[in-house]
Amino acid sequence: MSTFTNWVYLLSAILFILGLKNLSSPKTARRGNTLAMLAMLTAIVVTLLDQRILDFSFIIAGLIIGATIGAIGAKKVQMTDMPQMVALFNGLGGGASTLVATSEYFQMTGEPQANILATIMLSIFIGTLTFTGSIIAFAKLHGIMKGSPITFPGQKIFNGLAIIAVIVLTILFVQDPGCLPYLIAVLLISMVVGVTSVIPIGGADMPVVISLLNSYSGLAAAATGFVISNNVLIISGALVGASGIILTKIMCVAMNRSLANVLFAAVGSDGGSASGASGEQKQVTRYTAEDAVVMLDNAQSVIIVPGYGLAVAQAQHVLQELAQILAQRGMDVKYAIHPVAGRMPGHMNVLLAEANVSYDLLYEMESINDDFKNTDIVLVIGANDVTNPVARTKKESALFGMPILNVDQARSVMVVKRSLSVGFAGEDNPLFYDDKTMMLFGDAKKMVTEIVQNLKK
Amino acid sequence: MSDIILISIYIFVLSVFIGIELIAKVPPLLHTPLMSGSNAISGITVVGALLSTGAGNTMLAKILGVLAIIFATINVVGGFMVTDRMLEMFKEKKNK
Repeated sequence: MSTFTNWVYLLSAILFILGLKNLSSPKTARRGNTLAMLAMLTAIVVTLLDQRILDFSFIIAGLIIGATIGAIGAKKVQMTDMPQMVALFNGLGGGASTLVATSEYFQMTGEPQANILATIMLSIFIGTLTFTGSIIAFAKLHGIMKGSPITFPGQKIFNGLAIIAVIVLTILFVQDPGCLPYLIAVLLISMVVGVTSVIPIGGADMPVVISLLNSYSGLAAAATGFVISNNVLIISGALVGASGIILTKIMCVAMNRSLANVLFAAVGSDGGSASGASGEQKQVTRYTAEDAVVMLDNAQSVIIVPGYGLAVAQAQHVLQELAQILAQRGMDVKYAIHPVAGRMPGHMNVLLAEANVSYDLLYEMESINDDFKNTDIVLVIGANDVTNPVARTKKESALFGMPILNVDQARSVMVVKRSLSVGFAGEDNPLFYDDKTMMLFGDAKKMVTEIVQNLKK
Repeated sequence: MSDIILISIYIFVLSVFIGIELIAKVPPLLHTPLMSGSNAISGITVVGALLSTGAGNTMLAKILGVLAIIFATINVVGGFMVTDRMLEMFKEKKNK
């Protein structure tokens, strides 16, 4: 690699870092993304000028095919489907690392160095498990596969043994270079490990899994950087690896679970099945849209708590209309966003931004939790577990210790929900039976539309 | 262990620390665009793919390389475009 190329790679790495730095504020985020694009373009162009590249026909074909598929995907994807898309892209990143490492293996000349051989194996291992793991995550998120955990006896032992096998095979591979069967064995084991490590993870834990796979895709790129001794790959891969790890940690904290618990405990049903089996009949106050309007007419402040159910019902746009009508009447309207609202980190913010909700109305849990007690009405739409007060009190509950929105402290609560069914955690929500809670049963979109129509009268 | 590998490990470790510092400052509001954007960045593997394909000493290496280019380019182009599409939607002032 020429000195010039390496200098340009340094420029590219700096641009990536500046790009991520600009993502720290919504005002500069778009510029940050553009800087990262520029960084990528710089790296690609300078690589194409490299003298080692002799044949461009394959390269151009590959770039055109990839760019076309990527562009169509990016234009067409629904915002509700972002988690699947990110999962798929993670997988492709991992797959690319495996392919490059394998291609490098077939091009080795002379006496292969031990460290190159070892990093080829590392790159294949991380890349391949990211690939198959992401495909499973995609299938679960897209509803091709059921969200409920799939377990088999000895799963953990199996995964542990598989990793030991990879290490042993890598050592053999380094000692007996050029032995293709070792490489193929690692490839196959990694494929299986990717599958067996994602299938036991329940649908509700998918945000953690995509964050983790995001991290792996970065590490796979960095591993490929080690194979071809390329610093821009190592730096960018490390940045992405770190990003995924932080998001994983944030998601785990928001659910009050350890990473080990998410990965191995196989928690969670498919969600939203029947109501809690407790025999006792509890009193629920049912109301209609007209009642809700009477309440809203007499309120000064409203906090809206959206959950994924809102997006499923495609009610974001009509909700934004409702919020605007209320704001025009001089009411104080805010949105409270729980970290795990939606199907991936920050998902709910994107869904609301798409519905033209300005981001200064979106409040994080920490900054709004003290405001609930001074709020007239909290409108909960399509959210359940993140409002469940059981998380504070009931030690034996799966929710216990999870940080929740203090919805129960508000003067009154309106919950738009189809039924009294339990959330992902399978825990009944006492908030629904509270005297100050009005249950508005029905489809979120229909119910909010009705409220808007009545308000306009 | 060769010096090159050692230096590479230095660069990797220091980059992880920079990454942690940078990402910790990204607000939860932007976590989805952060993920899709960083996803696109991990498509940097395309550089490796270009080198493998271009130098392609054997047909097999070339075919693997071109597949890697396709995978990584989908990741890069799709990732950056969808991130831009999302960030464009984030607006401060109420419109309409």
